[in-house]
Amino acid sequence: MTPKTSRRSFLKGAAAAAGAALFIGARPDGALAASSSDAMLNPFVKIDSEGNVTAIIKHFEKGQGPATGLSTLIAEELGLRMDQIHYAFAPSNPQVYNNLLFGPFQGTGGSTAMANSFMQYRQAGAAARELLIKSAAEAWGVDPAGLSIEEGMVVGAGRSAPIGDFVAAAAQMEPPAEPRLKSPEEWRIIGNESTRRLDSVIKGNGKAKFAMDVHLDNQMVVVIARPEQRGAMATGFDDSAAKEVKGFINAAVLPNKAGVAVYAENTWAAIQAREALSVTWDTSAAETRSSDEIRAEIMAALDAEPEYNVLKKDHAETLAAIEGAAQVIEKTFYFPLLAHAPMEPLNCTIEQTAEGDIVLHDGAQMPTGPHMAFQQIFGLPAEKIHINTMLAGGSFGRRATPDADYQVEAALAFVMTDRSRPVKLVWTREDDLRSGYYRPAFGHKVRVGLSAEGEILGWDHRIAGQSIMKGTAFEAFAVHDGVDGSSVEGVSDTPYRVPGMFVGLTDTKKATSTLWWRSVGHTHTAYAMEVMMDLAAKAAGRDPVEFRLVHLAGGGADQARKAAVLKLAAEKAGWGKAQAGRHMGVAVHKSFGSYAAEVVEISGTAEDGFRIEKVTAAVDCGIPVNPDIIRAQMEGGIGYGIGHAMRDQITLAGGAVEQYNFPDYEPLRIGDIGAIEVHIVKSTEAPTGIGEPGTPPSAPALANAIAAASALTVADLPMVEHGVSFA
Amino acid sequence: MAITLKLNGTTHEVEADPGTPLLWVIRDELKLTGTKFGCGVASCGACTVHLDGEPVRSCQTYIEDVEGSEITTIEQMEEDPIGKAVQQAWAELDVVQCGYCQSGQIMSAVGLLRENAKPSAAEIDEYMYGNACRCATYQRIRAGIQRAAEIMEA
Repeated sequence: MTPKTSRRSFLKGAAAAAGAALFIGARPDGALAASSSDAMLNPFVKIDSEGNVTAIIKHFEKGQGPATGLSTLIAEELGLRMDQIHYAFAPSNPQVYNNLLFGPFQGTGGSTAMANSFMQYRQAGAAARELLIKSAAEAWGVDPAGLSIEEGMVVGAGRSAPIGDFVAAAAQMEPPAEPRLKSPEEWRIIGNESTRRLDSVIKGNGKAKFAMDVHLDNQMVVVIARPEQRGAMATGFDDSAAKEVKGFINAAVLPNKAGVAVYAENTWAAIQAREALSVTWDTSAAETRSSDEIRAEIMAALDAEPEYNVLKKDHAETLAAIEGAAQVIEKTFYFPLLAHAPMEPLNCTIEQTAEGDIVLHDGAQMPTGPHMAFQQIFGLPAEKIHINTMLAGGSFGRRATPDADYQVEAALAFVMTDRSRPVKLVWTREDDLRSGYYRPAFGHKVRVGLSAEGEILGWDHRIAGQSIMKGTAFEAFAVHDGVDGSSVEGVSDTPYRVPGMFVGLTDTKKATSTLWWRSVGHTHTAYAMEVMMDLAAKAAGRDPVEFRLVHLAGGGADQARKAAVLKLAAEKAGWGKAQAGRHMGVAVHKSFGSYAAEVVEISGTAEDGFRIEKVTAAVDCGIPVNPDIIRAQMEGGIGYGIGHAMRDQITLAGGAVEQYNFPDYEPLRIGDIGAIEVHIVKSTEAPTGIGEPGTPPSAPALANAIAAASALTVADLPMVEHGVSFA
Repeated sequence: MAITLKLNGTTHEVEADPGTPLLWVIRDELKLTGTKFGCGVASCGACTVHLDGEPVRSCQTYIEDVEGSEITTIEQMEEDPIGKAVQQAWAELDVVQCGYCQSGQIMSAVGLLRENAKPSAAEIDEYMYGNACRCATYQRIRAGIQRAAEIMEA
């Protein structure tokens, strides 16, 4: 899907903005700075008279690559080398910098950064190129048709000059209505394997500035004392012991009673003072259930009549088809709560300027969220609130809460002060794991009827769990006829041709804050679908790859693309030719418009422990703009999926989270996966997602490999809690 | 108490109570932010620095124990021949994603190469076990260390 932008209105807006010359920005240390631009051709690229080119990145960078990716598009159209372009993160402005797939909302998510920017940023770069060439042609009195830009120089008609020479004149011109985009044959940077990340060097020498690295003059650090039981309210506290901590300033109950803000001169003092604080909690409205009770509710829902008939099919027909089948395969799956645990714990810093403006320094995934919330909290118009988006140390969805949870927490802590000192909110890892937002627990119960010949006759798929979207600003976008699409995506829209398919969904009661977690619903739907496909193939006496291909044959482009990645991964992995002592499992899944197939090869046994020797992946995400970033995202997506499936879960006891830090929410470690090999389909389709699609097939491919090695089909996660050990 | 720290070749006088983790002195007092806070319990390695050339987790290293030792952080690695080779390898292979753990990964990688100039994949996996990367850049970390070893050898 390529979002259509109105080129004419886009470029006119850009030209009008060229006259506006004030920018509020931030120095590298995070402090505010104001500057005027004398050569802003449009808001997505800035070229100064020295010829310095800056791509203004409307998406945040959490490692998934948009700073490099969107710069690639500009550099390609402007005829630059990648070492001739810089990037800067856009300010918060939902009109100019919105995600074209989200409406008037600036944000990164759903693996859409490249998909929604591909045309927009190329157009911006192309318009800049055409104006610079026109300006040069006028200055030289030659035909613009004979000029081009090569590596930052306008060349042609026997002359050459740096682009900076033509910036002033170009800024006065009307941009073309339809700038000519370079054709794929002309591309030198898009699709280039040798392109390196623009943020690679600074992330290797300690110079990269994350929000956690903000140090404003005279800032206070605040940490929040939080309840053990989710939803308990602070009623008071005793800070007499905290007063003994050097650097402690004071403590105050947050206006929403969700916790107690502890203010200190530095981070360690804040953490120490919080330890010394004694808080009294009102637990009358707090969660009291345990994970077992939540699981029991989900399991009961799977056996009851579903709340929603997702595909609006006749359930009786599916049941009858299964009733009459020669073989019925049935499996019940359970997926626990999961935390995102990005490497950089959540944090942000708020300051008030001399003019009374509010500035938020944040690894802002969805700037429009806190921007809107802050207008209410501070009673200020949008233009008095500024967001300085900084590098984010991972997110996996956690930094994109619809209610801007941690930014609002910081704002509440800030409004309780006299605002003379900036306030930096810091979460510890314990805050992150215990007071976070989780991938909700889900259950699936699937019954598949097969004919004597091994054909699928009926597929009864029940899903139960807590909705992510309901009750949020995204409800209208994601919930239709009561069905939260994110609960069933990957099942209800499967490209497999599955005869007699029924999909039932039941929402369960709120147990925790829920949130999208790298690949959202696909985190559990792909697992259930792909493990069932393997079970069905086995029951039918067919090879798992061949069985899947049968159910992708004779369809449209969707089926063909899914089949193609499956065949590619199988071929590259040497499917069916595993050496002695090795076993392979496969899974293939479409998510975020992209197709990914993965073959996991393991050694070992259930008794002695399995070892993941190799993962071979194939992906079709449309035109591969930055192939090496695509490869890296697949590698990371696979690791993220496999690591959690192996051994992670968040559990509750009496409403309190039991895990506290990495020792009991153990991350994937370097030795867990021997090797990962990624193959990219050379597609000519519009670019689609890559941040998430690597994750969904990874865990079911591992489960299928384990089943091949041991006849143990793991339907309960994490694996280590259900009969599997890893060497 | 007043403490004298030797860090990256410079002597600093800092005021900190005993029991203060070196991490917070480096980040909040000396304002060298390349060293990261990830877990606070020595379980992720994002805070790794060198103490007399040996990698340690600065979140569990107390200020009163480091007086008189040479402390080296990521900011100094460009001056270290092994550090420079590792950084070059990291850039060649684009090891980083979000990058937040990578200062710690590089500090550990330098520690490994200092004691083992040509580590095998298994030796890398063993030595680097304690450095977590939530982006799962492990493949490239392994390849990066082997590439750095090649650069050093050349």
